[in-house]
Amino acid sequence: MSKSLKLYGSVSVAAAVMLTGAYNFADRNVTPIPETAKTLAPAEGNIDSMLIAAAQASDADADGKFGLGRPALPEEVAAWDVNVMPDGRGLPEGSGDVRTGEELFVENCAVCHGDFAEGVGNWPSLAGGEGTLADEDPVKTVGSYWPYLSTAWDYVHRSMPYGNAQTLNPDEVYAIVAYILYSNYIVEDDFVLSNENFLDVEMPNADGFIVDDRPETEYGRFSKEPCVENCKDEVEITMRAAVLDVTPEEDTAGAEDAAAEQPAQTQSDDTASDEQATADEDAGDDAAPAQEAALDPELVATGEKVFRQCKACHMVGEGAQNRVGPALNGVVGAQMAAVEGFRYSSTLEKMGEEGQVWDEEALAAFLASPRDYVKGTKMGFSGLRKDEDIAAVTEYLKSFSQ
Amino acid sequence: MTVSFNGKKPSRRAVLKGALAAGGAVAGATMARAASPDPLITETQPWAQGLGEGVDATPYGLPIRFESDVVRRNVEWLTADTISSINFTPIHALDGTITPQGCGFERHHSGAIELRKEDYRLMINGLVDTPLVFTYADLERFPRVNKVHFCECAANTGMEWAGAQLNGAQFTHGMIHNMEYSGVPLGTLLREAGVKPEGKWVYVEGADASSNGRSIPLEKAMDDVLVAFKANGEALRKEHGYPVRLVVPGWEGNMWVKWLRRIEITDAAVESREETSKYTDTLADGTSRKWTWVMDAKSVVTSPSPQSPITHGHGPLVITGLAWSGHGKIARVDVTVDGGKTWKQARLAADPQDKAVTRFYLDHVWQGEEMLLQSRAMDETGYVQPTKDALREVRGENSIYHNNCIQTWWVKSDGEAENVEIS
Repeated sequence: MSKSLKLYGSVSVAAAVMLTGAYNFADRNVTPIPETAKTLAPAEGNIDSMLIAAAQASDADADGKFGLGRPALPEEVAAWDVNVMPDGRGLPEGSGDVRTGEELFVENCAVCHGDFAEGVGNWPSLAGGEGTLADEDPVKTVGSYWPYLSTAWDYVHRSMPYGNAQTLNPDEVYAIVAYILYSNYIVEDDFVLSNENFLDVEMPNADGFIVDDRPETEYGRFSKEPCVENCKDEVEITMRAAVLDVTPEEDTAGAEDAAAEQPAQTQSDDTASDEQATADEDAGDDAAPAQEAALDPELVATGEKVFRQCKACHMVGEGAQNRVGPALNGVVGAQMAAVEGFRYSSTLEKMGEEGQVWDEEALAAFLASPRDYVKGTKMGFSGLRKDEDIAAVTEYLKSFSQ
Repeated sequence: MTVSFNGKKPSRRAVLKGALAAGGAVAGATMARAASPDPLITETQPWAQGLGEGVDATPYGLPIRFESDVVRRNVEWLTADTISSINFTPIHALDGTITPQGCGFERHHSGAIELRKEDYRLMINGLVDTPLVFTYADLERFPRVNKVHFCECAANTGMEWAGAQLNGAQFTHGMIHNMEYSGVPLGTLLREAGVKPEGKWVYVEGADASSNGRSIPLEKAMDDVLVAFKANGEALRKEHGYPVRLVVPGWEGNMWVKWLRRIEITDAAVESREETSKYTDTLADGTSRKWTWVMDAKSVVTSPSPQSPITHGHGPLVITGLAWSGHGKIARVDVTVDGGKTWKQARLAADPQDKAVTRFYLDHVWQGEEMLLQSRAMDETGYVQPTKDALREVRGENSIYHNNCIQTWWVKSDGEAENVEIS
């Protein structure tokens, strides 16, 4: 170890002793400082915390409080405190069976995770992968990897479906989780999952985890005085990134190239908001014969930016395919639910059969509030708030008339 | 030094890019001599004649358009969509240590949400004497601190486990930013609610759909964790958790919960999705480490690097980079230009700060020789940044997270650089 390292070491040890002492003193009424904190390098942040703790002890109330905030009401705690612990604490009463779960899964989850929870494209697969964790390419799923079932229930309940979170009731969540277990061959097809039998389910990889052991397995090994001279005789390149060639294209574009392109871009950025207002009025005027009207290039450009919010699920333009949502080429003016190979919600399917058309009015209403316009739509997006964004994205979609 | 490589040859695209850049490189070992007077000096330029913009032209300034390439970038094939995804800080083009908010990397699990201060509520509940609700205005009334800390995603450099893959420091090491935070120590808020003796953990979650809940041991929460609402002097950006985020110094970025809405004192870890199915590190034998919170010491040469090639002639060359450690301060950074045969101690630009990024420089004289550039960080605990082989020996290639290995750039005689692995 070098001299400078030693110097740092001794200073930090001294500081740790002093700070820990002060910290314990200021904090003794709340909670003892646990042993593990002492293994962490002392932070100057501690000094601030300590000064504030000291201030709390002297300047604040006798009990060391500032009297800010207000007590949380039980209803408020109940609304937000929904996480589930590994031992099942936090689970609401309820139950759901595999078959119901399958229906719900196909309706709500399969667009990303596949009908059999196998995963679509880059979206996570939730089933399979058993026994692959030591392989070259482990497949980590609820069945092969997740140690606790509570995690799956909690996450489905709290954060899924993607783009439409917190819409499933407890029974539905039990059913979906039951189906995921079934997809992983953990339960049979007649299984009913409930808060009662929740802890009986054995997760295959429950014992697959160890607590961070780097302090024992790595820190000693990686704390030796490093070599600085004559460290090796030969050096050879063993692998090159250019061979793989997976780096995004733009990254090596010179600053000059990018700067040369920039003026035009800046221009459209600056004027976008001004243009939106006028374009919006235009759109209103010639809404009826939309097809042949010349497109407003500024509005199309603005719409392209708005469309970034849609890109996660929809493709448009040359070679566009159905992804989570249908391909959108020619959608403006087209019959509803008409893209081949896409499984629409039953509501939208019906609207299409009735001959309803995505004219600008319908599109605007749908985009403003998808779930109000098409009850039960599979589109998870909650809607565009600004009318000018709707006008812009419609103009953008019109530019792909097929 | 001549470098040999016997593996597969680079793709055509990469060769083309390289050739293009090489054509533009200027060679010349001595001080350049002007053949004719420089018109930029001898002729009156428009900017010296006319007028620039007025003070009302840019109420909030952005970088000048000539810097438009210094932006966050994402790698499309990495994730299923761009909403639950990540982008990268352009560290190859920055200097100093503070990352401007506008180009600090983003990682969202359900997208960057828009949450007004007026609509913001923070709840503390669980094993406390009094469950509390704070408004944003309440938080502003607690004693406040300012701290500079790095925030590094646990997956930074995660694509490089199996080999050199992405060609640029931005992509290999750009899941990091370093900002000055203003906020309230979490301990202050916890004391306000009164932690019960059986409380051992702090579960923190965000207001977005992902919630991104994480469990933090109480001792860390009371130690140096901040509830922050300003970064680099101004409000947090939407993408970094406006109006309030958690700052967990030295620990993996996923724990720095954005749009922080709830803090629950618990007696055990919640074992949420983000601390079981993700952010756990699978070893070669298939077992996985959990609770790998601390970011070990790490460094990278940011220039020269693949996105920041040498474009000047021979002679003085500034080699620079960043070093940081989740265990405390950086103590020393060594740099090698010959692939690790010999190392020189780099100059640290300023006194290293605790769990913050340190800038280093090696002032080098380059004569057009090929270089295998590496940097090696040491922190105040005596820990030395390991080689990739040393890390793989312990962990295998499937850990995904916590890859803090030494990075190698192969700088060629034309000044171009490439991400490589060496023996």
